[in-house]
Amino acid sequence: MSNIAKLQKVGDSTFGRIEKINSELLTMTYGSLVTQLLRDFEDTDAVNKQLEKMGHKIGVRLIEEYMAKSNPSAGSCKEFKDTAEAIAKVGFKMFLGFNAQVTSWNQEQTQFSLVFQENPLNDFVELPERLKTEGLFYSNLLCGVIRGALEMVQMRVECIFVKCPLRGDDVSEIKVTLIDYLKEIVLEDE
Amino acid sequence: MVVYSLYILSKAGGKIFNRDYGKYKDENQVPPYRKPEGNEYLILGSTFHSLHVISSQISPIKGGGGMELLEADTFKLYCYQSPTETKFFLLADAQQQNLDQLARTIYELYADYVMKNPFYEMEMPIHCDLFLVNVEKKIDEINNKKTTN
Repeated sequence: MSNIAKLQKVGDSTFGRIEKINSELLTMTYGSLVTQLLRDFEDTDAVNKQLEKMGHKIGVRLIEEYMAKSNPSAGSCKEFKDTAEAIAKVGFKMFLGFNAQVTSWNQEQTQFSLVFQENPLNDFVELPERLKTEGLFYSNLLCGVIRGALEMVQMRVECIFVKCPLRGDDVSEIKVTLIDYLKEIVLEDE
Repeated sequence: MVVYSLYILSKAGGKIFNRDYGKYKDENQVPPYRKPEGNEYLILGSTFHSLHVISSQISPIKGGGGMELLEADTFKLYCYQSPTETKFFLLADAQQQNLDQLARTIYELYADYVMKNPFYEMEMPIHCDLFLVNVEKKIDEINNKKTTN
């Protein structure tokens, strides 16, 4: 428990230190990105996939900022459990401005869920019924970011959006599953 | 007291950046030591990488992170390895202090000006002017401060 509190502190202090931009600007930019993708691909699944891919590219770069600007000693993760809390309390705070809760661990401790109420990307957005039924996960980019970032620190994970308030759920939930630890990492060429 | 050079190595061990600082950054100034030429920088880069790999392999304690500091009579070789296994090597005067802080600052600059540059390709040599300028500013600051003493 104290570890979580410590991470929370790291997240808060890092958040206070780094440069910020207007969240509406981000929301609008992201909105136009998603709608453009929907126009270009005309297929919701392809858009989900594309968002994830873009996120991955962001993640492999963003991890450097995470490591450079959050306090490294408090940020070192020995177990996957620490990683989960570090993402929820430091990563989310640094880059999105809020904390997520880590829940639903499986027995082997290789799978957890990140649950959060706020999501600046969702602001002002109402999904049309068609996209809801076709299964668009509007913020699927976040999944890619997590996957990309962890890949750079030798963890291969799978991230799936399971709940999204835009589709009528009460919270957002991202399920993260650890596949394996990488020894030698070769960058995926996508 | 002077910081002489900076090398950045990708996680595969490729040299993606190197630069000389201090008054010998000027090509026409002949330094008192033998300045590497052309490909020798590449060789130095991969030698540093191998040194680092070997040092972490001979660590008697499991999970050793590899060497951080090599001290000689006349100079210091400091290495910072980020958790993503990018390595920053600094060559400095033997009396130079706080190389760890400098390396962290350079890592922050790297995160800002290299990783956030959309036209920088991962694992490729760094040709980002903003990064160059900012690192140089930081290192010049240190070098100038010391020489006025």
